[in-house]
Amino acid sequence: MISKTGLKAALLGGMAAATLASTAAAETLRWGAPRDIVSLDPYSYGDSYTINFLNHIYEGLVRFDRDLKIKPGLAESWEVISPTTWRFSLRKDVTFHNGHTFTAEDVLASLTRVSHETSPLKGNLPAYKSATVVDDYTIDIELTGAYPLLLNDLTNIHIFDKDWLVDNNAEMPTDVSVGVEGYATFNTNGTGPFVLESRTPEAQTVLTVNEGWWDKPEHNLTRIEFQPVTSAATRVAALLSGEVDFVDSAPVQDLPRLAAAANLKVLERTDLRTVMLGFNRRDELVAGGENPLNDLRVRQAMQLAVDMDLIQSRVMRGKSRNAGTLVAPSIPGYSEALDTVVSAAPEKAKALLAEAGYEDGFEFEFVCTNESYVNEEQFCQAIASMWSRIGLSPRLDIGPTAKQTPKRAGGKADVYTIGWATLPMLDTYSILVQMLHSKEGNSGVFNWGNWSYPEIDKLTQAASVELDREKRLSMETEALRIAKEEIVMMPLHQQPMAWAVSADFEDFPQFPDNKPRMWFVTR
Amino acid sequence: MLAFLIKRTANAIFVMLSVSFIAFMIFRFVGDPVELMLNEQATQAQRDALRAKLGLDDPFIVQFTTFVKNAAQGDFGISFRNQQDVLAMIAERFPATFELVIVATLISLIVGIPLGVLTAIHRQRWYAETLQFTSIIGISLPSFVVGIGLILIFSVWLGWFPAFGRGETVDLGWWSTGLLTTSGRMSIILPALSLSLFQITLVMRLVRAEMLEVLRTDFIKFARARGIPARAINFRHALRNCLMPVVTMTAMQIGGLIAFALVTETVFQWPGMGLLFIQAVTFVDVPIMAGYLCIVALIFVTLNALVDITYAVIDPRLRGADK
Repeated sequence: MISKTGLKAALLGGMAAATLASTAAAETLRWGAPRDIVSLDPYSYGDSYTINFLNHIYEGLVRFDRDLKIKPGLAESWEVISPTTWRFSLRKDVTFHNGHTFTAEDVLASLTRVSHETSPLKGNLPAYKSATVVDDYTIDIELTGAYPLLLNDLTNIHIFDKDWLVDNNAEMPTDVSVGVEGYATFNTNGTGPFVLESRTPEAQTVLTVNEGWWDKPEHNLTRIEFQPVTSAATRVAALLSGEVDFVDSAPVQDLPRLAAAANLKVLERTDLRTVMLGFNRRDELVAGGENPLNDLRVRQAMQLAVDMDLIQSRVMRGKSRNAGTLVAPSIPGYSEALDTVVSAAPEKAKALLAEAGYEDGFEFEFVCTNESYVNEEQFCQAIASMWSRIGLSPRLDIGPTAKQTPKRAGGKADVYTIGWATLPMLDTYSILVQMLHSKEGNSGVFNWGNWSYPEIDKLTQAASVELDREKRLSMETEALRIAKEEIVMMPLHQQPMAWAVSADFEDFPQFPDNKPRMWFVTR
Repeated sequence: MLAFLIKRTANAIFVMLSVSFIAFMIFRFVGDPVELMLNEQATQAQRDALRAKLGLDDPFIVQFTTFVKNAAQGDFGISFRNQQDVLAMIAERFPATFELVIVATLISLIVGIPLGVLTAIHRQRWYAETLQFTSIIGISLPSFVVGIGLILIFSVWLGWFPAFGRGETVDLGWWSTGLLTTSGRMSIILPALSLSLFQITLVMRLVRAEMLEVLRTDFIKFARARGIPARAINFRHALRNCLMPVVTMTAMQIGGLIAFALVTETVFQWPGMGLLFIQAVTFVDVPIMAGYLCIVALIFVTLNALVDITYAVIDPRLRGADK
């Protein structure tokens, strides 16, 4: 989705690039990022931005292609030899950046490290039980039960060199509670398309191309200079003045200006993240008193009161996509039939409230953050005023995420915002088990309203062990249907995301998970 | 003298303890780091385990005494987010902040003092009045607005200076300096200017007020009567008598600038301590926040103590004043 001026600029830039290409062989990409990476150790902190950046240096057994389909990475092929055991055949011609050969021992060491008791990334590999090296290039992974999403999880598990870990005493992940730094926090040794040259935190991290990469590169970059610029205005200024070539998360309000600049192009699309509202479903409201939100008619009225088209055109400046279901179209388990947006009908909403016995409305806590989602403060205010119009009295409480999350998770919110992208799994199962499932055992961590729908629970549990993809996805879709009918969560929209890039890049694929993957970029 | 020193040190320790105590009180309200440390996929059990491991379930007093005990030995723990040693992270960023503050202070003195003298001796002229008036802008404009304005003019429109970062740096032992490379010197101009704007106004107004005071005194009148040129009177005799309070204020303000620099650092992506702190706040990285506040408090306390001690050395009356 390139705007008209952007397209023109792209064409002009393309011509300029073509003339320059013969003279400049070394292609550098200067990346103006909204934030720095946390660490050089991919297992140090469950942060998908950092993990994606480190994916340029480290690789997993499997990886996503341009269409976010799972393709072989360091593993050439795999087979399920029993419902709980997967056998992976590994690539033979791979070497780490320090020259060591990649073998099954490296995979074992990495899996042991990531699933260790103190590893913050343990949750990224939930079904892992153990691994057994069969021979140098074959490894069996044993799971705690039948689990269909192992490959999705493995896309984010980067593989270390065992000898390197052992030599540097870094076989175990760093542990915050012990308070000791790890070697891998400051050094890298992966198999990926780029090699770390230097890193100064908050200033610059430089990668150079890995000439000995096992795969044929699709990109033609020789150098990536990753520079965090936290302030959005400064980031835009740096792009306009030509100090950086690319920014991810360009501010929505600056897009017209960036698109108008001759030397830039703007890449826009909607994110995978679906923003939605959750309801308190305990017996009492936060302020005490019987909870009207348990009445389906009240939730229906609240949904009918909200004019999503108005929010889309005014608050989101026409850049968001209104959602009728809880996952975005590219997530497996999505169904177009469910994705029908409820149109606003305030009169009908009032009638439903009256029918439920709340014609005079009621007061409740509406908890939003001010920075988690695009223009969140504004759309929360809009929704609150739409509810006021049908006679409800929401008490809007807006604050920073770190402050609001304990309220939402601790049952101190009657209605709250939450976004879910199903990352890093990229499957509907993620939202089912983490949010829609009843809060019991390890499920329903984000079931902040404490609801319970036995049918959804049953479908989720059945899907978790169903190895047939079609059957599994139809169960997940069915669970989403129940959620829609019962308005367990009220979907709002998929928020917009925008990147801006210098016009002389020929190919710069944009991904719906908002992760820049530079190994597809050509200049 | 010894009693005075002991008293000062005791005072300093009390201030440091109070600062860390208040800081700790605040941390209880900034939020829950665990929710930000684990990803969407982590289970409830993992969340609870991490919270217990970090000691976040311990009573306030236990958390506080553990912190003080470790901090007294120079151990602020490791960052929740980066898993790096807090003291090392702060030390790594200190040179950037310190250089920025020193350059900003120099700019404020070089620009502020002549302007102050000028507005004092040409009190009635239109340009002096205009300067007086526009200097209000220096005090009242928030520094992030100034920063963005400077970036827009000098980076985007004119393209003279870089919009962000510190340029190339050279390591001198543990100290990294940007002042020895061209790109480093170009990079420091805009942030230093933006940081010094407030300071320029302050120096200018202070010099002006002092000058007006001094110019009224008898020795200036006698100097005039003796026929000494106006230039020499203004800059040699009058200005010298004004400088003592200016120097004192500048020294005291360095602490303030170090703390205040965090806004400028955020706007210009200056890799200093302030930027570190702001990010720590966003992610509820308690060890870094606590470490930063203690270090800044220490800088303040040390500067104040040094000034007091110097005064006491110079002026024997102060030593007895406490009795």
